[in-house]
Amino acid sequence: MGLNELISALITGAGIGSMYGLTALGFYTTYAISRTVNFAQGSCLMLGAVLTFSMVNQSGLSAWIAIPLALMLCGLWSGLVELVAVRPFVKRHSDAWLMATVALGLILENIVLFTFGKDPRGMSSPLLQMGVDVGGLRISFLQILIPIVGFSIALGLALVMRLTKIGKALLAIAQNPSAAKLMGIHTEKTISLAFALAGVFACIAGIMIAPLYTVSAGMGTIFGIKAFAAAILGGIDSAAGVMAGGLVLGITEAILVTAFGSTYAQMFSFALTIVVLAIRPVGLFGRKGVNKI
Amino acid sequence: MNNKHVLNICMAASVLTTALIPSLGRAQDIKVGLVAALTGQSAQSGESISRGLTIAIDEINAKGGVLGGKKFVLVKRDDESSPPKGVTATRELISSEKVAALFGGIDTPVSLAIVPIANQNKKPFIGVWAAGTNITKNGATPNYVFRVSAQDDLVDIALIEYTMKKFNAKKPGLVLVNNPWGESNEKGLKAAAAAAGVTLAGVEKLEQSDVDVTPQLGRLKNAGADAIILVANAAPGAQMMKSRERMGWNVPVVSHWGISGGRFDELVGPTAGDVHFIQTYSFYSAPTPVSEKVFGELSKRYGVKTPADVIAPVGTANAYDAMNLLALAIEKAKSTDGEAIRAALEQLEGYQGLIKKYDKPFATAAHEALSPADYIMVRYDGGKIVPVK
Repeated sequence: MGLNELISALITGAGIGSMYGLTALGFYTTYAISRTVNFAQGSCLMLGAVLTFSMVNQSGLSAWIAIPLALMLCGLWSGLVELVAVRPFVKRHSDAWLMATVALGLILENIVLFTFGKDPRGMSSPLLQMGVDVGGLRISFLQILIPIVGFSIALGLALVMRLTKIGKALLAIAQNPSAAKLMGIHTEKTISLAFALAGVFACIAGIMIAPLYTVSAGMGTIFGIKAFAAAILGGIDSAAGVMAGGLVLGITEAILVTAFGSTYAQMFSFALTIVVLAIRPVGLFGRKGVNKI
Repeated sequence: MNNKHVLNICMAASVLTTALIPSLGRAQDIKVGLVAALTGQSAQSGESISRGLTIAIDEINAKGGVLGGKKFVLVKRDDESSPPKGVTATRELISSEKVAALFGGIDTPVSLAIVPIANQNKKPFIGVWAAGTNITKNGATPNYVFRVSAQDDLVDIALIEYTMKKFNAKKPGLVLVNNPWGESNEKGLKAAAAAAGVTLAGVEKLEQSDVDVTPQLGRLKNAGADAIILVANAAPGAQMMKSRERMGWNVPVVSHWGISGGRFDELVGPTAGDVHFIQTYSFYSAPTPVSEKVFGELSKRYGVKTPADVIAPVGTANAYDAMNLLALAIEKAKSTDGEAIRAALEQLEGYQGLIKKYDKPFATAAHEALSPADYIMVRYDGGKIVPVK
């Protein structure tokens, strides 16, 4: 593999990996607070892309109106997932929310299938057409923007968690929900908010990936799986770790395809995830939890 | 028996007769099945095949049908491009709907899954799009699978020849979808390249879910590829074209026809027209009485104004001719029995179709109605398929 091929693989991998990371931030947000995740995160990514495409390309709405609307609707959907598929089970100390969130994702996918159709659609973006040439390689603005947005959100999230009162309240819920409640923190409302935020992150990922990919009811499945792999690989209890996990996965995939072709790339990248977890079960950047007795 | 009873019996008899007449009529019908992608990324292919079959069936029925007045009825099933769904639909069409024959859709993996069922149940299965070589060359004797479409091995020879001739390519690279259809073409293209004395720059595989194909294209570029030969359906093919555009690599692209089964032009954007791809028919061809008749029906029923408005034209053209050939075979066989239809198809004489004048289209060992002489090269131009000048 030459230098140009390596740089090209790094750029490609960084773009795709940031998408995984951005979607995986949703897993981090809810896990850090409630020790639960929304396995329908991939469906929420799809919902963001489908809503934006429908509003902009089919209804002729301005992107400046359509994107905030899509973000809001995805946030509401994700909040609803928490209300319907997570909270009732957590209250009964049941882990059935795992299956319930998957089921809601499938329901959403089928609703979109019947309303939007199964035909993949193409969403154009001026950011994809514009770009810069670096050493004979053309990089589109969208490819540059995706990692910037991903890491900015991860950084912002980490800062909010560590430095602000809201962030500390969120972490307090994670450590001891009962004590947090006694301290006046509205735990249920805060957990709903975390789920809504996770939905917004997935929506951003969906909107940004749509011009690079195709918009369809089934587009979220593979991203959801890979985003979860990225979250586990990076360490699900660290915002920066999750983003880094996404980058590692994306870049590994791109390098593997460049070096060996695409036939074995998927197999190798998931095998690598298993090997890393066998050696470091908390993920690359995760920290081992301390149980105080 | 009083008058009231007589009246009741008469009323019951009239109701029964009214109810029975349509079902007696239905019993006279000859059902033909279509198992194709009616939804999903290749939905346009299913729609175009349905149009061709429907126009042909309505014409045949308007002329009085076959076997002394029996009318054809088309029963469609959506395989969603999934082999298991295609198998389920085929079994249902054979056992429940009792179809006399089956038509297939765009997806080679689905058709390959249907082939053994057709042969086991002795039901003629006519492929009107999927080009996988093994669909017709399936090793069964007798073989109930026929095709009015292109065949991969022959398409592959045509693609290599066109790439060399049109773009003066010396070292083309292959980008193939990672499924049985891609594998079928890999063998064919390698054999065709070897026969033409061309060295391939490399063979790259494309997954349906690939977002970025830059790494695969980068490998081909570094291997010195001076043209790309693409074998994929619309969505993965579009991913390749978008990656090519992002790389700023203006390499010529010659493609098999899978890309024309969906919204390729919308998915790719401005560079969709850079791809030259193969077809078996274009409504831009010199008009004939048959083409004028079919185009007239397309205009009347589907609002088609110009030849460029015809969606996925090969689906309509292949299906139209295939349905007419089947009707001729049923008439010749004087039966809807699968074995008799197969034998009659193999003994058909001439037929003036939409694509060409068929002269003995099939024989016992030759189940392909079309040959490379029927292939043409086209490209997208503003969302419409036009011949390459």
